[in-house]
Amino acid sequence: MSKLKTALMAGIASVALAGTAQAEITNNVVKIGVLDDMSGVYADLAGEGSVLAARMAVEDAGGSVAGSPIEVISADHQNKADIAANVARQWIDTDQVDVVVDVGNSAAALAVQEVTETKGKVHLNSTAATTALTNEKCSPTGVHWTYDTYALANGTGKALVEQGAKKWFFITADYAFGHSLEENTSKAVKSAGGEVVGSVRAPFPNNDFSSYLLQAQGSGADVIAFANTGGDFVNALKQAQEFGITQSGQKIAGLLVFLTDVHSLGLESTKGLTITTGWYWDQDEDSRAWADRFAERNGGKRPTMVQAGVYSAVSHYLKAIAAIESDEGKPVVDQMKQTPINDMFAKNGKIREDGRMVHDMKLVQVKTPDESKGEWDYYKILSNIPGDQAFMPLSESTCDLVKQ
Amino acid sequence: MMGSVKMHKGLWLVLGLVALAVAPLVVYPVFLAKVLCFALFAAAFNLLLGYVGLLSFGHAAFFGFAAYCGAHVTKVWGFGPEVAILTGTAVGAGLGLVFGAIAIRRQGIYFAMVTLALAQMVYFVALQAPFTHGEDGIQGVPRRPLFGLIDIGSNIAIYYFVLAVFLIGVFIIYRTVHSPFGQILKSIRENEPRAISLGYDTDRYKLIAFVLSAGLSGLAGSTKVLVFQLASLTDVQWQMSGEVVLMTILGGMGTMLGPIVGAAVVVSMQNYLAQVGSMTTIVQGAIFVVCVLLFRRGIVGELAAFLRSRRKTPAEPESSYQQAGAAAPAPERPRGG
Repeated sequence: MSKLKTALMAGIASVALAGTAQAEITNNVVKIGVLDDMSGVYADLAGEGSVLAARMAVEDAGGSVAGSPIEVISADHQNKADIAANVARQWIDTDQVDVVVDVGNSAAALAVQEVTETKGKVHLNSTAATTALTNEKCSPTGVHWTYDTYALANGTGKALVEQGAKKWFFITADYAFGHSLEENTSKAVKSAGGEVVGSVRAPFPNNDFSSYLLQAQGSGADVIAFANTGGDFVNALKQAQEFGITQSGQKIAGLLVFLTDVHSLGLESTKGLTITTGWYWDQDEDSRAWADRFAERNGGKRPTMVQAGVYSAVSHYLKAIAAIESDEGKPVVDQMKQTPINDMFAKNGKIREDGRMVHDMKLVQVKTPDESKGEWDYYKILSNIPGDQAFMPLSESTCDLVKQ
Repeated sequence: MMGSVKMHKGLWLVLGLVALAVAPLVVYPVFLAKVLCFALFAAAFNLLLGYVGLLSFGHAAFFGFAAYCGAHVTKVWGFGPEVAILTGTAVGAGLGLVFGAIAIRRQGIYFAMVTLALAQMVYFVALQAPFTHGEDGIQGVPRRPLFGLIDIGSNIAIYYFVLAVFLIGVFIIYRTVHSPFGQILKSIRENEPRAISLGYDTDRYKLIAFVLSAGLSGLAGSTKVLVFQLASLTDVQWQMSGEVVLMTILGGMGTMLGPIVGAAVVVSMQNYLAQVGSMTTIVQGAIFVVCVLLFRRGIVGELAAFLRSRRKTPAEPESSYQQAGAAAPAPERPRGG
């Protein structure tokens, strides 16, 4: 009923707007604000690369939409939620920004989600991991594009059990993020028929993982899963190599690992690692072509999944504006939800009513130095995880936009 | 002479208030409100550093934890902003009492380390406690009507609300500093053994000052929650303790205006340099280096010294100040830092 209603409303709106094309683009400009950590821990995997991705999306759309020019501006939220909220608010209030994209760091992302929802502007999130964006904090104008903790945990958990790695041991960062990652993965492992033989909580942040690794090594587990990220992950992984864990037959699963992490750690320390990713630059012809263009302008650095997600999200957003000839938040997002996403990022992706962009995830394994044919050739794709299995089912969602 | 100085002060005060009142018409009000919150925080910190000479490295705990409590009180328990900021103040003061009781037994670097250690414990609680929601923070804190009557939902309204809180806070600090109690604090700063020999129980005075400073930091923290409608780990992290030290020293410690100016400079840099992109932190760093090299007494401290030297030099060239400085050959000396 309500779906029909929104569809009707959108239909009526687009008919009504069709006549007054240019007038409906506020201030006669579509302004895209890329808000991210440009100098801290996320700068490498999103940062300036995300700005470039957004610019490329704008250029590929011809630099204008519905007769109005498109502008891209960017800012560094320095991983502070209050700066993120302030910049987003100021952008919308005084700089006529229509859409805020990227926004890594879950606290910053949730703050921006709040601001954009109240102001009726669009939030296209690619970098943040938290599932809260499409659950308790879901918004009619917010879309979560690339991945979330549920998809990562679920993908890696299920896939490894199916490969025969039944017994799991967790080394978990002792805070909410780590806990939820462990919980989601455990669920996936158990429902696939595996078991959790033990888990240990390491303080966050932590430098010395040796005691936890010894415990994990002695647990008899097939897989040691690191429910942590960033510096913790790097430390744990390096130390795991020193203990010879993978050589002795145990597998290591990183639950939140980006291409740039693998790049900076090197294949010697990451080889054999099983990862779930939303996108990999070498996954098909389209992605390779886009990655080549991106790398050419990014000092040779290949795009990460979140940078590709920014490109895909902005492209889809601009198409929706072109279709309804308006840049008003809710109608644009409704239009985005009605059209499938088919580009170099996703095939037949679709945005659900909770704002989750559902697309196929990839289960990949990091290559050994011998297998790698050169810089940035890091992953071999093990399997494709269909979107409806990768993401949290709508029936479990706590989003109040979902009618149950 | 004294009268005219007083009148000047009054004039400046009125001008300052008028400027604060019309500022939101020119500058973005949420940004201004943020500046005021940090200015109050820095002023509270300065009460301790500038007037008692105690360098606390744990003030983020009061600021940040009061922010969480204020957010929880408004969002989950549904109380108004007045209850939120009073809760924040009480939480800040309560924590301050515990911190102070332990830390004032030590001095100098040890005092700083004890406060830092205690603040890290509070950070750990903020990270782990279920009510703070870990790294997601408490988001979407509503701006409920003040006293259930006055709407503070708009950006302009929240600015005037914060301005009122700020003025009350700064007035409390001003009265404290310029009271007999404040004189004793300064005497402790200058020479603690001497203050003890005069019969003052300096530990008690230091503790009271500590609690006052912590309480006002809590007030600033919980007010900030109402501006941004969120409380996050940023506010309780040790970097925040560092930031407030920076604001105070950059502005000029031991002056009333210094921390306020320092806060304005630091917050403006964070905000406006955010648009520079990946160079933000580098530009910030460069500006700090320049400030430290050029304004050793802080911006306000340096300005005050410059004005004093200008007033004194032409009018009373033979004054005792000048003669005291006459040992140095260079006439420009009073200007330098």
